Amino acid sequence: MTKIEKESIVQDSPKKSTKEAVIEIANLCKSFGDQAVLNNLSLNLYDGENLVVLGKSGCGKSVLIKCIIGLLRSDSGYINVFHQNVMTISQNELDGVRQKIGFLFQSGALYDSMTVRENLEFPLRRMNKHLKQKEINDKILDALANVGLPDVIDKMPSQLSGGMRKRISLARTIVVDPMIMLYDEPTTGLDPITSEEISLLINEVQKKYKTSSIIITHDIECARTTADRIIMLRDGEVYEKGSLNKFEKSTDEIIKSFFK
Amino acid sequence: MKIKIPVTKAKEIARKHTLKLSEKTIAKREATNSFLTDIADVIIFITRLIKETFSRKFEVSEFFHQCFNIGYKSLPLISVTGTIMGLVLTIQSRPVLVRFGAETILPGMVAVSLIREMGPVITALICAGKVASGMGAELGSMKVTEQIEAMEVSSTHPMRFLVVTRVAAATLMIPLLILYADALGIMGSWIGANIKGDVSLVLFFSQAFSHIGFIDLIPAVIKSFFFGAVIGLVGCYKGFNAGRGTESVGKAANSAVVLASLLVLIVDMMAVQITDMLAK
Repeated sequence: MTKIEKESIVQDSPKKSTKEAVIEIANLCKSFGDQAVLNNLSLNLYDGENLVVLGKSGCGKSVLIKCIIGLLRSDSGYINVFHQNVMTISQNELDGVRQKIGFLFQSGALYDSMTVRENLEFPLRRMNKHLKQKEINDKILDALANVGLPDVIDKMPSQLSGGMRKRISLARTIVVDPMIMLYDEPTTGLDPITSEEISLLINEVQKKYKTSSIIITHDIECARTTADRIIMLRDGEVYEKGSLNKFEKSTDEIIKSFFK
Repeated sequence: MKIKIPVTKAKEIARKHTLKLSEKTIAKREATNSFLTDIADVIIFITRLIKETFSRKFEVSEFFHQCFNIGYKSLPLISVTGTIMGLVLTIQSRPVLVRFGAETILPGMVAVSLIREMGPVITALICAGKVASGMGAELGSMKVTEQIEAMEVSSTHPMRFLVVTRVAAATLMIPLLILYADALGIMGSWIGANIKGDVSLVLFFSQAFSHIGFIDLIPAVIKSFFFGAVIGLVGCYKGFNAGRGTESVGKAANSAVVLASLLVLIVDMMAVQITDMLAK
Protein backbone atom coordinates (compact mmCIF):
# COMPACT_ATOMS: atom_id res chain seq x y z
CA MET A 1 0.00 0.00 0.00
CA THR A 2 1.51 3.37 -1.00
CA LYS A 3 1.47 6.34 1.31
CA ILE A 4 -1.26 8.00 -0.82
CA GLU A 5 -3.52 4.98 -0.51
CA LYS A 6 -2.87 4.90 3.21
CA GLU A 7 -3.76 8.59 3.44
CA SER A 8 -7.07 8.07 1.67
CA ILE A 9 -8.06 5.72 4.48
CA VAL A 10 -6.63 7.56 7.44
CA GLN A 11 -7.37 11.24 7.48
CA ASP A 12 -5.63 14.33 8.82
CA SER A 13 -3.46 13.72 11.94
CA PRO A 14 -4.37 10.06 11.97
CA LYS A 15 -2.32 9.08 14.98
CA LYS A 16 -3.30 11.86 17.31
CA SER A 17 -5.89 9.90 19.14
CA THR A 18 -3.99 6.62 19.48
CA LYS A 19 -0.29 7.49 19.48
CA GLU A 20 1.78 9.38 21.95
CA ALA A 21 3.67 12.51 20.91
CA VAL A 22 7.43 11.88 21.04
CA ILE A 23 8.26 15.48 20.16
CA GLU A 24 6.08 18.39 21.23
CA ILE A 25 6.95 21.88 20.08
CA ALA A 26 4.98 24.93 21.14
CA ASN A 27 5.37 28.64 20.32
CA LEU A 28 8.92 28.19 19.12
CA CYS A 29 10.70 31.39 18.11
CA LYS A 30 14.20 31.73 16.73
CA SER A 31 15.86 34.81 15.29
CA PHE A 32 19.30 35.53 13.88
CA GLY A 33 19.92 39.18 14.60
CA ASP A 34 16.93 41.10 13.28
CA GLN A 35 15.77 38.25 11.09
CA ALA A 36 13.04 36.08 12.61
CA VAL A 37 13.39 32.54 11.22
CA LEU A 38 10.85 30.67 13.35
CA ASN A 39 7.81 32.52 14.53
CA ASN A 40 5.55 30.90 17.14
CA LEU A 41 5.85 27.50 15.55
CA SER A 42 3.97 24.61 17.10
CA LEU A 43 3.91 20.98 16.00
CA ASN A 44 3.89 17.42 17.35
CA LEU A 45 5.60 14.29 16.12
CA TYR A 46 3.69 11.14 16.99
CA ASP A 47 5.18 7.76 17.74
CA GLY A 48 5.96 5.76 14.60
CA GLU A 49 4.98 8.37 12.02
CA ASN A 50 6.91 10.02 9.21
CA LEU A 51 6.28 13.76 9.35
CA VAL A 52 7.42 15.64 6.27
CA VAL A 53 8.19 19.33 6.72
CA LEU A 54 7.94 21.16 3.41
CA GLY A 55 8.82 24.71 2.58
CA LYS A 56 10.97 26.77 0.31
CA SER A 57 14.63 27.45 1.10
CA GLY A 58 15.24 29.78 4.03
CA CYS A 59 11.84 29.25 5.67
CA GLY A 60 13.40 27.73 8.79
CA LYS A 61 13.11 23.98 8.16
CA SER A 62 16.72 23.09 9.01
CA VAL A 63 16.74 25.56 11.91
CA LEU A 64 13.72 23.73 13.33
CA ILE A 65 15.42 20.33 13.52
CA LYS A 66 18.68 21.85 14.75
CA CYS A 67 16.68 23.41 17.60
CA ILE A 68 15.11 20.01 18.33
CA ILE A 69 18.48 18.33 18.76
CA GLY A 70 19.95 21.28 20.65
CA LEU A 71 22.48 22.40 18.05
CA LEU A 72 20.76 25.80 18.08
CA ARG A 73 19.19 27.47 21.09
CA SER A 74 15.71 28.80 20.45
CA ASP A 75 14.70 32.20 21.77
CA SER A 76 11.38 31.18 23.33
CA GLY A 77 8.75 28.46 23.40
CA TYR A 78 9.48 24.86 24.33
CA ILE A 79 10.64 21.65 22.70
CA ASN A 80 9.81 18.46 24.56
CA VAL A 81 11.53 15.30 23.39
CA PHE A 82 10.23 12.27 25.29
CA HIS A 83 8.82 14.73 27.84
CA GLN A 84 12.16 16.46 28.42
CA ASN A 85 12.46 20.12 27.49
CA VAL A 86 15.71 20.29 25.52
CA MET A 87 15.92 24.03 26.13
CA THR A 88 16.23 23.72 29.90
CA ILE A 89 17.93 20.37 30.55
CA SER A 90 21.62 20.06 31.48
CA GLN A 91 24.34 19.10 29.01
CA ASN A 92 24.44 15.52 30.34
CA GLU A 93 20.68 15.17 29.99
CA LEU A 94 20.88 16.65 26.49
CA ASP A 95 23.51 14.04 25.61
CA GLY A 96 21.07 11.41 26.84
CA VAL A 97 18.30 12.80 24.63
CA ARG A 98 20.67 12.93 21.66
CA GLN A 99 21.37 9.23 22.05
CA LYS A 100 17.73 8.60 21.20
CA ILE A 101 17.83 10.81 18.10
CA GLY A 102 19.48 10.12 14.77
CA PHE A 103 20.33 13.12 12.61
CA LEU A 104 21.02 12.75 8.90
CA PHE A 105 22.86 15.86 7.73
CA GLN A 106 22.21 17.47 4.37
CA SER A 107 25.86 17.03 3.36
CA GLY A 108 26.18 13.59 4.94
CA ALA A 109 28.84 14.98 7.32
CA LEU A 110 31.02 11.85 7.13
CA TYR A 111 34.37 12.29 8.85
CA ASP A 112 36.83 12.70 5.98
CA SER A 113 39.82 11.42 7.93
CA MET A 114 38.13 8.14 8.90
CA THR A 115 37.19 5.01 6.96
CA VAL A 116 33.56 3.92 6.69
CA ARG A 117 34.13 1.47 9.54
CA GLU A 118 35.62 4.18 11.77
CA ASN A 119 32.79 6.55 10.86
CA LEU A 120 30.26 4.02 12.12
CA GLU A 121 32.39 3.04 15.09
CA PHE A 122 32.70 6.63 16.30
CA PRO A 123 29.10 7.23 17.54
CA LEU A 124 28.88 3.66 18.82
CA ARG A 125 31.97 4.05 20.99
CA ARG A 126 30.95 7.50 22.20
CA MET A 127 27.37 6.58 23.07
CA ASN A 128 27.71 2.97 24.20
CA LYS A 129 30.97 2.73 26.08
CA HIS A 130 30.17 -0.70 27.49
CA LEU A 131 30.02 -2.40 24.07
CA LYS A 132 32.63 -5.03 23.23
CA GLN A 133 34.53 -4.99 19.95
CA LYS A 134 32.59 -7.99 18.59
CA GLU A 135 29.25 -6.33 19.33
CA ILE A 136 30.47 -3.13 17.66
CA ASN A 137 31.57 -5.06 14.55
CA ASP A 138 28.24 -6.87 14.36
CA LYS A 139 26.29 -3.63 14.66
CA ILE A 140 28.40 -1.98 11.95
CA LEU A 141 27.94 -4.90 9.55
CA ASP A 142 24.21 -4.98 10.28
CA ALA A 143 23.80 -1.23 9.64
CA LEU A 144 25.81 -1.43 6.41
CA ALA A 145 23.75 -4.40 5.23
CA ASN A 146 20.57 -2.46 5.96
CA VAL A 147 21.65 0.38 3.69
CA GLY A 148 22.82 -2.10 1.05
CA LEU A 149 26.53 -1.29 1.20
CA PRO A 150 28.34 -4.03 3.13
CA ASP A 151 31.36 -4.00 0.77
CA VAL A 152 32.58 -0.45 1.33
CA ILE A 153 33.49 -0.93 4.99
CA ASP A 154 37.20 -0.15 4.56
CA LYS A 155 36.84 2.65 2.02
CA MET A 156 37.38 6.33 2.69
CA PRO A 157 34.42 8.72 2.22
CA SER A 158 36.26 10.39 -0.67
CA GLN A 159 36.08 7.09 -2.59
CA LEU A 160 32.27 6.99 -2.43
CA SER A 161 29.64 8.52 -4.72
CA GLY A 162 27.10 11.07 -3.45
CA GLY A 163 24.37 8.45 -3.04
CA MET A 164 26.72 6.04 -1.28
CA ARG A 165 27.86 8.78 1.11
CA LYS A 166 24.23 9.48 1.95
CA ARG A 167 23.61 5.78 2.61
CA ILE A 168 26.71 5.49 4.80
CA SER A 169 25.63 8.59 6.64
CA LEU A 170 22.25 6.94 7.20
CA ALA A 171 24.01 3.77 8.39
CA ARG A 172 26.04 5.85 10.87
CA THR A 173 22.79 7.33 12.15
CA ILE A 174 20.90 4.04 12.55
CA VAL A 175 23.83 2.10 13.99
CA VAL A 176 23.02 3.46 17.47
CA ASP A 177 19.36 2.34 17.24
CA PRO A 178 17.70 5.76 17.48
CA MET A 179 14.03 6.16 18.37
CA ILE A 180 13.61 9.39 16.41
CA MET A 181 15.15 10.21 13.04
CA LEU A 182 15.66 13.74 11.80
CA TYR A 183 16.42 13.93 8.08
CA ASP A 184 17.76 17.24 6.77
CA GLU A 185 17.00 17.27 3.04
CA PRO A 186 17.97 13.63 2.50
CA THR A 187 17.62 13.70 -1.30
CA THR A 188 19.22 17.06 -2.10
CA GLY A 189 21.89 16.84 -4.76
CA LEU A 190 21.01 13.29 -5.80
CA ASP A 191 19.71 12.03 -9.16
CA PRO A 192 16.03 10.96 -9.30
CA ILE A 193 16.81 7.23 -9.12
CA THR A 194 19.10 7.56 -6.10
CA SER A 195 16.60 9.96 -4.50
CA GLU A 196 13.90 7.33 -4.87
CA GLU A 197 16.22 4.71 -3.34
CA ILE A 198 16.95 6.97 -0.36
CA SER A 199 13.23 7.69 0.10
CA LEU A 200 12.45 3.96 0.12
CA LEU A 201 15.32 3.43 2.54
CA ILE A 202 13.74 5.98 4.89
CA ASN A 203 10.55 3.88 4.88
CA GLU A 204 12.55 0.71 5.49
CA VAL A 205 14.34 2.31 8.43
CA GLN A 206 10.98 3.38 9.86
CA LYS A 207 9.65 -0.18 9.63
CA LYS A 208 12.76 -2.00 10.81
CA TYR A 209 13.84 0.34 13.61
CA LYS A 210 10.31 1.49 14.56
CA THR A 211 11.43 5.09 14.38
CA SER A 212 9.43 8.29 14.31
CA SER A 213 10.85 10.69 11.75
CA ILE A 214 10.85 14.31 10.75
CA ILE A 215 11.88 14.64 7.11
CA ILE A 216 12.86 18.12 5.99
CA THR A 217 12.61 18.39 2.24
CA HIS A 218 11.43 20.35 -0.76
CA ASP A 219 11.56 17.24 -2.93
CA ILE A 220 7.90 16.40 -3.56
CA GLU A 221 8.66 12.87 -4.77
CA CYS A 222 10.45 12.18 -1.49
CA ALA A 223 7.45 13.60 0.39
CA ARG A 224 5.04 11.43 -1.65
CA THR A 225 7.05 8.29 -0.87
CA THR A 226 7.67 8.88 2.82
CA ALA A 227 4.98 11.14 4.30
CA ASP A 228 2.38 9.99 6.79
CA ARG A 229 1.61 13.61 7.50
CA ILE A 230 2.87 16.89 6.03
CA ILE A 231 3.47 20.32 7.49
CA MET A 232 4.25 23.25 5.24
CA LEU A 233 6.29 26.13 6.65
CA ARG A 234 6.20 29.67 5.35
CA ASP A 235 8.02 32.60 6.94
CA GLY A 236 8.75 30.54 10.03
CA GLU A 237 5.12 29.64 10.67
CA VAL A 238 3.01 26.59 9.93
CA TYR A 239 1.24 27.51 6.70
CA GLU A 240 -0.70 24.27 6.26
CA LYS A 241 -0.76 20.82 7.79
CA GLY A 242 -2.53 17.61 6.99
CA SER A 243 -2.39 14.46 4.96
CA LEU A 244 -0.63 14.08 1.64
CA ASN A 245 -4.07 13.72 0.06
CA LYS A 246 -5.14 17.08 1.45
CA PHE A 247 -2.05 18.75 0.01
CA GLU A 248 -2.44 17.05 -3.37
CA LYS A 249 -6.04 18.32 -3.64
CA SER A 250 -5.38 21.79 -2.26
CA THR A 251 -6.44 24.77 -4.38
CA ASP A 252 -4.05 27.12 -2.57
CA GLU A 253 -1.66 28.62 -5.11
CA ILE A 254 1.45 28.29 -2.91
CA ILE A 255 0.75 24.63 -2.14
CA LYS A 256 -0.13 23.95 -5.77
CA SER A 257 3.19 25.43 -6.86
CA PHE A 258 4.90 22.71 -4.81
CA PHE A 259 2.69 19.83 -5.90
CA LYS A 260 2.27 20.56 -9.62
CA MET B 1 15.00 77.29 -12.58
CA LYS B 2 14.71 77.80 -8.87
CA ILE B 3 17.38 80.05 -7.41
CA LYS B 4 18.69 78.85 -4.08
CA ILE B 5 19.09 81.48 -1.41
CA PRO B 6 22.25 81.24 0.76
CA VAL B 7 20.33 79.96 3.79
CA THR B 8 18.90 77.04 1.77
CA LYS B 9 22.36 76.28 0.39
CA ALA B 10 23.83 76.36 3.89
CA LYS B 11 21.09 74.03 5.14
CA GLU B 12 21.73 71.58 2.30
CA ILE B 13 25.47 71.57 2.95
CA ALA B 14 24.85 71.06 6.66
CA ARG B 15 22.41 68.20 5.95
CA LYS B 16 24.89 66.49 3.59
CA HIS B 17 27.70 66.80 6.09
CA THR B 18 25.48 65.59 8.91
CA LEU B 19 24.52 62.57 6.83
CA LYS B 20 28.16 61.90 5.99
CA LEU B 21 29.12 62.28 9.62
CA SER B 22 26.34 59.98 10.78
CA GLU B 23 27.36 57.36 8.18
CA LYS B 24 30.93 57.56 9.38
CA THR B 25 29.79 57.33 12.98
CA ILE B 26 27.67 54.27 12.23
CA ALA B 27 30.54 52.63 10.32
CA LYS B 28 32.94 53.35 13.18
CA ARG B 29 30.47 52.07 15.73
CA GLU B 30 29.97 48.87 13.73
CA ALA B 31 33.73 48.42 13.40
CA THR B 32 34.14 48.96 17.15
CA ASN B 33 31.31 46.53 17.89
CA SER B 34 32.84 43.96 15.57
CA PHE B 35 36.25 44.39 17.22
CA LEU B 36 34.75 44.10 20.70
CA THR B 37 32.72 41.06 19.62
CA ASP B 38 35.93 39.44 18.33
CA ILE B 39 37.69 40.13 21.63
CA ALA B 40 34.74 38.69 23.54
CA ASP B 41 34.77 35.61 21.26
CA VAL B 42 38.46 35.04 21.95
CA ILE B 43 37.96 35.40 25.71
CA ILE B 44 35.01 32.98 25.68
CA PHE B 45 37.00 30.54 23.54
CA ILE B 46 40.00 30.60 25.87
CA THR B 47 37.78 30.31 28.96
CA ARG B 48 35.99 27.27 27.50
CA LEU B 49 39.34 25.79 26.49
CA ILE B 50 40.78 26.13 30.00
CA LYS B 51 37.58 24.75 31.55
CA GLU B 52 37.54 21.74 29.22
CA THR B 53 41.29 21.14 29.57
CA PHE B 54 40.95 20.59 33.29
CA SER B 55 37.73 18.60 33.09
CA ARG B 56 37.87 14.96 34.10
CA LYS B 57 36.99 13.68 30.62
CA PHE B 58 40.26 14.33 28.82
CA GLU B 59 40.40 12.63 25.40
CA VAL B 60 43.67 10.74 25.92
CA SER B 61 43.73 8.67 22.72
CA GLU B 62 42.91 11.67 20.52
CA PHE B 63 45.63 13.64 22.34
CA PHE B 64 48.24 11.00 21.44
CA HIS B 65 46.93 10.92 17.88
CA GLN B 66 47.45 14.69 17.65
CA CYS B 67 50.92 14.39 19.25
CA PHE B 68 51.78 11.97 16.46
CA ASN B 69 50.38 14.33 13.81
CA ILE B 70 52.05 17.45 15.14
CA GLY B 71 55.31 15.96 16.38
CA TYR B 72 56.22 12.94 14.30
CA LYS B 73 54.84 14.22 11.01
CA SER B 74 56.76 17.50 11.37
CA LEU B 75 60.10 15.77 11.88
CA PRO B 76 61.30 15.81 8.23
CA LEU B 77 60.56 19.52 7.85
CA ILE B 78 62.13 20.44 11.21
CA SER B 79 65.18 18.24 10.49
CA VAL B 80 65.94 20.08 7.26
CA THR B 81 65.21 23.49 8.79
CA GLY B 82 67.31 22.87 11.90
CA THR B 83 70.32 21.59 9.95
CA ILE B 84 70.25 24.43 7.44
CA MET B 85 69.85 26.96 10.27
CA GLY B 86 73.11 25.84 11.95
CA LEU B 87 74.95 25.39 8.67
CA VAL B 88 74.11 28.85 7.33
CA LEU B 89 74.80 30.57 10.66
CA THR B 90 78.25 29.00 10.77
CA ILE B 91 79.13 29.72 7.14
CA GLN B 92 78.04 33.36 7.54
CA SER B 93 79.77 34.08 10.85
CA ARG B 94 82.99 32.11 10.38
CA PRO B 95 84.82 34.64 8.11
CA VAL B 96 84.17 37.48 10.59
CA LEU B 97 85.41 35.42 13.56
CA VAL B 98 88.48 34.34 11.57
CA ARG B 99 89.25 38.00 10.79
CA PHE B 100 89.23 38.82 14.53
CA GLY B 101 91.08 35.63 15.43
CA ALA B 102 88.14 34.37 17.44
CA GLU B 103 87.41 31.22 15.45
CA THR B 104 87.51 29.09 18.60
CA ILE B 105 84.36 30.68 19.97
CA LEU B 106 82.40 29.68 16.85
CA PRO B 107 80.79 26.52 18.35
CA GLY B 108 79.81 28.36 21.53
CA MET B 109 78.45 31.37 19.66
CA VAL B 110 76.37 29.24 17.30
CA ALA B 111 75.07 27.07 20.13
CA VAL B 112 74.05 30.03 22.27
CA SER B 113 72.33 31.86 19.42
CA LEU B 114 70.58 28.67 18.29
CA ILE B 115 69.37 27.66 21.74
CA ARG B 116 68.43 31.12 23.01
CA GLU B 117 66.80 32.63 19.96
CA MET B 118 67.12 31.23 16.46
CA GLY B 119 66.08 27.66 17.21
CA PRO B 120 62.89 28.49 19.12
CA VAL B 121 61.76 31.36 16.89
CA ILE B 122 62.49 29.83 13.48
CA THR B 123 61.09 26.42 14.47
CA ALA B 124 57.99 28.09 15.92
CA LEU B 125 57.51 30.11 12.73
CA ILE B 126 57.86 26.96 10.62
CA CYS B 127 55.34 25.23 12.91
CA ALA B 128 53.01 28.23 12.65
CA GLY B 129 53.05 27.66 8.89
CA LYS B 130 52.58 23.91 9.04
CA VAL B 131 50.61 23.19 12.21
CA ALA B 132 48.43 26.31 12.62
CA SER B 133 47.41 26.36 8.95
CA GLY B 134 46.71 22.62 9.07
CA MET B 135 44.50 23.02 12.12
CA GLY B 136 42.74 26.06 10.65
CA ALA B 137 42.03 24.28 7.37
CA GLU B 138 41.04 20.96 8.96
CA LEU B 139 38.66 22.39 11.54
CA GLY B 140 37.37 24.96 9.03
CA SER B 141 36.48 22.27 6.50
CA MET B 142 34.95 20.14 9.26
CA LYS B 143 32.74 23.08 10.15
CA VAL B 144 31.74 23.77 6.54
CA THR B 145 30.79 20.13 5.95
CA GLU B 146 28.84 19.89 9.25
CA GLN B 147 31.27 17.31 10.69
CA ILE B 148 31.61 19.30 13.93
CA GLU B 149 27.82 19.31 14.35
CA ALA B 150 27.74 15.58 13.55
CA MET B 151 30.25 15.06 16.33
CA GLU B 152 28.10 17.09 18.72
CA VAL B 153 24.98 15.01 18.02
CA SER B 154 27.07 11.89 18.72
CA SER B 155 27.38 13.14 22.33
CA THR B 156 30.97 14.24 21.72
CA HIS B 157 32.03 17.70 22.82
CA PRO B 158 33.86 19.22 19.84
CA MET B 159 35.74 21.64 22.08
CA ARG B 160 37.06 18.81 24.23
CA PHE B 161 37.68 16.36 21.41
CA LEU B 162 39.03 18.66 18.70
CA VAL B 163 40.41 21.79 20.36
CA VAL B 164 41.72 20.75 23.77
CA THR B 165 43.62 17.79 22.33
CA ARG B 166 45.20 19.86 19.55
CA VAL B 167 46.22 22.76 21.78
CA ALA B 168 47.64 20.39 24.42
CA ALA B 169 49.51 18.38 21.79
CA ALA B 170 50.96 21.53 20.20
CA THR B 171 51.99 22.86 23.63
CA LEU B 172 53.84 19.64 24.37
CA MET B 173 55.26 18.75 20.95
CA ILE B 174 56.52 22.12 19.71
CA PRO B 175 59.06 22.52 22.58
CA LEU B 176 60.30 19.00 21.78
CA LEU B 177 60.58 19.91 18.09
CA ILE B 178 62.49 23.04 19.07
CA LEU B 179 65.00 21.05 21.16
CA TYR B 180 65.36 18.62 18.27
CA ALA B 181 65.93 21.52 15.85
CA ASP B 182 68.56 22.99 18.23
CA ALA B 183 70.45 19.67 18.30
CA LEU B 184 70.35 19.34 14.53
CA GLY B 185 71.33 23.00 14.20
CA ILE B 186 74.53 22.37 16.20
CA MET B 187 75.16 19.32 14.02
CA GLY B 188 74.66 21.47 10.93
CA SER B 189 77.06 23.99 12.41
CA TRP B 190 79.70 21.26 12.79
CA ILE B 191 79.19 20.35 9.12
CA GLY B 192 79.57 24.04 8.23
CA ALA B 193 82.74 24.32 10.30
CA ASN B 194 84.19 21.32 8.48
CA ILE B 195 83.64 22.77 5.03
CA LYS B 196 86.64 25.08 5.41
CA GLY B 197 88.24 23.69 8.52
CA ASP B 198 88.80 20.44 10.34
CA VAL B 199 87.25 19.93 13.74
CA SER B 200 86.14 16.71 15.37
CA LEU B 201 82.51 16.22 16.37
CA VAL B 202 83.38 15.57 20.02
CA LEU B 203 85.56 18.69 20.29
CA PHE B 204 82.95 20.82 18.52
CA PHE B 205 80.14 19.64 20.81
CA SER B 206 82.21 19.96 23.98
CA GLN B 207 83.16 23.52 23.02
CA ALA B 208 79.56 24.32 22.14
CA PHE B 209 78.13 22.99 25.40
CA SER B 210 80.83 24.63 27.52
CA HIS B 211 79.25 27.98 26.59
CA ILE B 212 75.68 26.96 27.35
CA GLY B 213 74.21 27.29 30.83
CA PHE B 214 70.81 26.85 32.37
CA ILE B 215 70.27 30.59 31.95
CA ASP B 216 70.29 29.99 28.17
CA LEU B 217 68.27 26.80 28.14
CA ILE B 218 65.49 27.31 30.72
CA PRO B 219 63.99 30.58 29.37
CA ALA B 220 64.13 29.15 25.84
CA VAL B 221 62.28 26.00 26.88
CA ILE B 222 59.68 27.99 28.84
CA LYS B 223 58.95 30.32 25.94
CA SER B 224 58.75 27.30 23.61
CA PHE B 225 55.74 26.05 25.58
CA PHE B 226 54.08 29.43 25.05
CA PHE B 227 54.89 29.27 21.32
CA GLY B 228 53.24 25.85 21.17
CA ALA B 229 50.17 27.03 23.05
CA VAL B 230 49.81 30.11 20.85
CA ILE B 231 50.16 28.11 17.63
CA GLY B 232 47.61 25.51 18.74
CA LEU B 233 45.22 28.10 20.09
CA VAL B 234 45.27 30.32 17.00
CA GLY B 235 44.97 27.39 14.57
CA CYS B 236 42.00 25.95 16.45
CA TYR B 237 40.30 29.30 17.02
CA LYS B 238 40.48 30.26 13.37
CA GLY B 239 39.28 26.85 12.20
CA PHE B 240 36.55 26.55 14.81
CA ASN B 241 35.20 30.00 13.98
CA ALA B 242 35.43 29.70 10.20
CA GLY B 243 32.46 30.88 8.17
CA ARG B 244 30.06 28.67 6.27
CA GLY B 245 31.42 28.76 2.71
CA THR B 246 34.39 26.90 1.25
CA GLU B 247 36.16 30.24 0.82
CA SER B 248 36.25 30.61 4.60
CA VAL B 249 38.41 27.47 4.90
CA GLY B 250 41.20 29.17 2.95
CA LYS B 251 40.72 32.33 4.96
CA ALA B 252 40.89 30.40 8.24
CA ALA B 253 44.13 28.67 7.23
CA ASN B 254 45.68 31.87 5.95
CA SER B 255 44.74 34.03 8.93
CA ALA B 256 45.88 31.26 11.31
CA VAL B 257 49.40 31.36 9.83
CA VAL B 258 49.60 35.15 9.85
CA LEU B 259 48.25 35.60 13.38
CA ALA B 260 50.23 32.67 14.84
CA SER B 261 53.50 33.97 13.31
CA LEU B 262 52.81 37.47 14.60
CA LEU B 263 51.97 36.22 18.08
CA VAL B 264 55.09 34.03 18.17
CA LEU B 265 57.21 37.13 17.56
CA ILE B 266 55.29 39.15 20.16
CA VAL B 267 55.62 36.37 22.76
CA ASP B 268 59.32 36.15 21.93
CA MET B 269 59.77 39.87 22.44
CA MET B 270 57.99 39.69 25.81
CA ALA B 271 60.02 36.63 26.83
CA VAL B 272 63.29 38.39 25.97
CA GLN B 273 62.27 41.43 28.03
CA ILE B 274 61.27 39.31 31.02
CA THR B 275 64.46 37.20 30.83
CA ASP B 276 66.55 40.35 30.59
CA MET B 277 64.82 41.88 33.63
CA LEU B 278 65.23 38.70 35.68
CA ALA B 279 68.89 38.32 34.69
CA LYS B 280 69.79 41.75 36.15
